[in-house]
Amino acid sequence: MFRRVVLGLIFLIVVAVGVSVAIAWRSEIEPRDTAEPLEFDPALVEKGAALAAVGNCIACHTVPGQKAFAGGLALPTPFGTIYSTNITPDPETGIGLWTEEAFQRAMREGVDREGNHLYPAFPYDHYTRVTEEDNRALYAFLMTREPVRYTAPENELPFPISFRPILAGWKILFLDVGAFEPDPDRSEEWNRGAYLAEGLGHCGSCHTARNRFGALSGHWNGGEAEGWAAFAINEASPAPIPWDRESLHAYLRNGWHPHHGVSRGPMAEVTANLGTLPEADVRAIATYVASVMGEPTAERRSRADQILQDLEGDAAEQAASTDVQAVATSSDSLGASIYRSACATCHESGRPQPFGGLNLFMSAAVNAPNPQNLINLTLYGLPAADGVRSAVMPGFGAVMSDEELLALFNYIRDRFTDQPAWTDLPERLRATRSGEYHVRILPSDGIERGPSNIGASDDGDNTQN
Amino acid sequence: MAITLRINGEAHEVDADPATPLLYVLRDDLQLNGAKYGCGLGQCGACTVMVDGEAVFSCVTPIMLLEDSEIVTLEGLGTIDNPGPVQAAFIEKQAAQCGYCIPGMIVRAQALLQKNPAPSDDEIRSALSPNLCRCGTHTRILAAVKRASELMQSNGAAAGRGEPA
Repeated sequence: MFRRVVLGLIFLIVVAVGVSVAIAWRSEIEPRDTAEPLEFDPALVEKGAALAAVGNCIACHTVPGQKAFAGGLALPTPFGTIYSTNITPDPETGIGLWTEEAFQRAMREGVDREGNHLYPAFPYDHYTRVTEEDNRALYAFLMTREPVRYTAPENELPFPISFRPILAGWKILFLDVGAFEPDPDRSEEWNRGAYLAEGLGHCGSCHTARNRFGALSGHWNGGEAEGWAAFAINEASPAPIPWDRESLHAYLRNGWHPHHGVSRGPMAEVTANLGTLPEADVRAIATYVASVMGEPTAERRSRADQILQDLEGDAAEQAASTDVQAVATSSDSLGASIYRSACATCHESGRPQPFGGLNLFMSAAVNAPNPQNLINLTLYGLPAADGVRSAVMPGFGAVMSDEELLALFNYIRDRFTDQPAWTDLPERLRATRSGEYHVRILPSDGIERGPSNIGASDDGDNTQN
Repeated sequence: MAITLRINGEAHEVDADPATPLLYVLRDDLQLNGAKYGCGLGQCGACTVMVDGEAVFSCVTPIMLLEDSEIVTLEGLGTIDNPGPVQAAFIEKQAAQCGYCIPGMIVRAQALLQKNPAPSDDEIRSALSPNLCRCGTHTRILAAVKRASELMQSNGAAAGRGEPA
């Protein structure tokens, strides 16, 4: 009897493994014949360059200061560290042996040329929406880059996650393969924006929450990226002044807006890339994002109008006054004193964006559900970009103790928003300051993780900036 | 209200509003005029001093934050007769033109070299990027920092100061 049960179990396991293997198995696509030169229409390559900017491929596939697209950037995930791969056309270490068919399959299904399942850190859950035609242009662009001989370090993932075939199961659960389908009831511009934002733009990779399997959960309801909160960009957007099509367009194109401040952290790369796109595409993305955010409620609108009205009043008052400095008084709490003496000089100066500090009544970081971005900005500031004019903010990590920072953050939260106090402040501050929670510190403008970017700190050590 | 500040190894009793930026106290009350007033906004670096070994903008740092800190200014790095290694290197390489940015550059270079005694060119550029020089002596400044690195390593003064002032 016992023997039969064991045999039965073994049989079941064999069948289960067999079925899994059958599902998980993807064939190798024959390598390209490298003796045959690749030839592409320059117009196709140019189109691919613009699409690569939408996809921001360079951000993950380049280590700051190293060769573009050669991979090797460490991407910390809750499961372990994944290293981006070399997507230059080097035949041995890059994608030089990939045919267009192999590239199309990777984008659509997340499988490499040899048939290995790829980890969804490569956002094929979004890229599957990209059209065959656009993938062709991307392929043309990448295959005409400078080949770089470089192999990224091995991923640091625990078993069984390190066993790629289990990704087949992940894909059954979480991957919806298929190109974008336009909504015939919407305008052409809206559909173009949706195609770009939901596909190559992969906004949701950062701006959507993830479940415990690392799969997207919700739609643009707020996530995180490289140690920064990626705010909700649906109706739950924490921006005190609601976004609209015009402000989104200006922000995505220029990297700042008078009511929203300067894009920073990983978003700075996104806006730097989008600034190179055709105007119409940025407008289309803005149109679509604005429609996902929807019209703000009457209450939110009126609060925003009140903020703007108050700030305009202040500006007029300041213009009439010779002394624009906020003055500390002895009755101030510690947080208020620090704010007035260290922060208000810039943040209440009335100097225009992007070089003045944003008034914190308009700050999404202050109004957000978690304090991470406020912590990051206060500790590390916005470093100067390399060789171009950029917004900067000094970091205060060296001169403020945890006690002082907590007092400051609580004061700011209390004064500038009617949201409840943050409960996770001390723990987040501790984890950030110690480097246990890794924050990528990036300059505020003009960045690409291209060959000359030396402004970015990439050593995993948050204590230096 | 009196606050005690430790500057260049000495305790100073300062009678100033706790919100006063350190730069004003250094220049107006203590006659430590090495740090310069540039923009007053933490954007140019002319006012750079070290606080607990980190380069900070003294113009946006209120003294209330500094009571338990060790502050080092340009004056703490050496004297005219006995310049510290970074100062000596800046003189040797003639890195100043108008000179207004140089105190900040020297102090920031000092902070870099204390943490990283042999920085690469890229690391020097990156560390000095918050400090502006409008004359354009950048290449000499870079050369001076390289030279300072050599001097500090060869005379074992990597811990920071020249001879005490």
